Amino acid sequence: MKEMTYAEAVREALREEMIRDDSVFLIGEDVGTYGGAFGVSYGLVDEFGEDRVRDTPISEAGIMGAATGAALMGMRPVAEIMFMDFTTIAMDQLVNQAAKLRFMFGGKAKVPLVLRTPGGSGTGAAAHHSQSLEAWFVHVPGLKVVMPSTPYDAKGLLVASIRDDNPVIFVEHKLLYKTKGPVPEEEYTIPLGTADVKRTGRDLTIVATSIMVPRVLAAAETLAGQGIDAEVVDPRTLKPLDEETIFKSVIKTGRVLIAHEACKTGGAGAEIAARIVESDAFNYLDAPIVRLAGLDIPVPYNRNLERRMVPQVEDIVAAARELVG
Amino acid sequence: MKLKRELCVRMLSKMYEIRIFEETVDDLFARGLVHGTMHLSIGQEASAVGSVFALRDEDYILSTHRGHGHCIAKGADINLMMAEFLGKETGYCRGRGGSMHIADIEGRNLGANGVVGGGIPLAVGVGLSLKMRQTDEIVMGFFGDGAANQGAFHEALNMAAIWTLPVVYVCENNQYGMSMSTNRAFKIERIAQRADGYGMVGVTVDGNDVLEVYEAAAKAVDRARSGGGPTLLECVTYRWKGHSKSDQERYRTKDEIEAWKRRDPIKLFRERLLTEGVITDQEAAGFEEQASRTIAEAVEFAKSSAEPDPDTILEGVYA
Ligand SMILES: Cc1ncc(C[n+]2csc(CCOP(=O)(O)OP(=O)(O)O)c2C)c(N)n1
Ligand SMILES: [Mg+2]
Repeated sequence: MKEMTYAEAVREALREEMIRDDSVFLIGEDVGTYGGAFGVSYGLVDEFGEDRVRDTPISEAGIMGAATGAALMGMRPVAEIMFMDFTTIAMDQLVNQAAKLRFMFGGKAKVPLVLRTPGGSGTGAAAHHSQSLEAWFVHVPGLKVVMPSTPYDAKGLLVASIRDDNPVIFVEHKLLYKTKGPVPEEEYTIPLGTADVKRTGRDLTIVATSIMVPRVLAAAETLAGQGIDAEVVDPRTLKPLDEETIFKSVIKTGRVLIAHEACKTGGAGAEIAARIVESDAFNYLDAPIVRLAGLDIPVPYNRNLERRMVPQVEDIVAAARELVG
Repeated sequence: MKLKRELCVRMLSKMYEIRIFEETVDDLFARGLVHGTMHLSIGQEASAVGSVFALRDEDYILSTHRGHGHCIAKGADINLMMAEFLGKETGYCRGRGGSMHIADIEGRNLGANGVVGGGIPLAVGVGLSLKMRQTDEIVMGFFGDGAANQGAFHEALNMAAIWTLPVVYVCENNQYGMSMSTNRAFKIERIAQRADGYGMVGVTVDGNDVLEVYEAAAKAVDRARSGGGPTLLECVTYRWKGHSKSDQERYRTKDEIEAWKRRDPIKLFRERLLTEGVITDQEAAGFEEQASRTIAEAVEFAKSSAEPDPDTILEGVYA
């Protein structure tokens, strides 16, 4: 194992897959010399050249279309949209084209592309640079949605995403880029659709995604000091969703708290809660499911408001205490 | 051209205000007083001032992420801008928007924009409503060279042209969209050439010469106001600072930056006004000092303003 940041883990996955497979290439705004807005692809243009680390004009629809067309031709493009907010501009090519082509063509084509994009708030960049829109993509048949929370998961899941034959939305988080963790020296992949139990516990299950995972783990430590033993489940991929791991935990603990940064209404937490109540795990619930999520507002600029909009460690502790009661 | 003293003085003073405002917020950022990021237009003041000064007060503008200059040129209250920077309740957007979203609705600035190209189609709607209501007001829509490669640019310019809307599109070509130079992002020499494709007039000017910008903008404004339809005005200029706060500037050389600094739009204008005897050196220094005082007062106002009340966090999403 070696220690590296989340951003380095993403870069290492890109680099290794580009070495391994000539059909893998990067395309996006400022991915070359600039290295992407968060420096994730920094240095790759020097190693692989401008053809395979391709800077584009500011044309998100064009980027997405180019990636989709190239994928149809058997290439494996990894497109970057600089901020998740701007996937809105790429939406037609992604949702109407990339996601549906295979099905519409009777299964005779495939679209093996990855769209990497950073979501999330916390940087003071306000309403056009801070959104968490993963639920939009979860809603679309034909897309897969991946949301890693650690360097280990980021690398293993990105390698799997690049090798996957379907369009995969790979949602990174700006506040996680500098976080560190162990990553194996040798090659590995994490199959899409496998959740990870980040902490085992008996008293309640906390299902958390992306930036909420480290916050929930910190909250779990505080809770442990207060005699509450939380189990933390990170789905890692929202689509496909590893229901079994979630259900198993719910059956064990009987209480569920779901934490995500995205706005509560229509968020991925609603889907996860619905899956639980539709399953046998429902019979084991000792209390209603609780969702902790972003407030239903655009992300505000002011530091305090921005912080307050999204669940913080203390909110998670309070919600867990109330749930366990 | 015979220089009108009153206009020149106001333009020079505004350019100082913009420059000092941005130097000040840059410094506040360095001292950790500003959250987030910001996009400074230092070096581009002539393009903002020259074009906005061709408008009447009742005309509208739509601005960009690099919009402090447009906002100040349009007559914004610097106190309220500064308060917005510091995220205060007294700011233009009640601390909700920050640098990238400052709007001054009363002053007819319909907002900066965090989405590159986001304002270009909005200008169509503004122009359309001005035309439908048969006013003689017009709208000026700013965007950068990078934004001209958004699909929405093409849709919007075509619509503005076919409906003969009272719109002046001002493309501030500072030669880079982040790290992407116009040489790499365009196959054509001048962005204004694109106007041809939509059937509107396209003009390219030296964006560091405030009088050249002003004259070209005034013609475009007249055309829009008199029913002659939209214009695409390209101001060729240069940003001195990095793109935002995270830029290592590996895509351009120090020599290039220095060469452009020698064409400082403020210095060029000041020297011209001195040479032609429109103002004295002492007067010019006075305008600069006045601008410094205005900005310093704004910092005091912003610092002493209250933070938003956290209990109001859910307000303002719906009308
Ligand atoms: C739709 C969209 N894509 C990408 C970005 C990130 N971004 C912000 S400014 C910028 C460069 C814009 O270039 P240009 O239009 O030339 O304006 P300039 O920054 O040079 O003033 C980029 C890529 C964004 N804000 N919006
Ligand atoms: Mg530019």
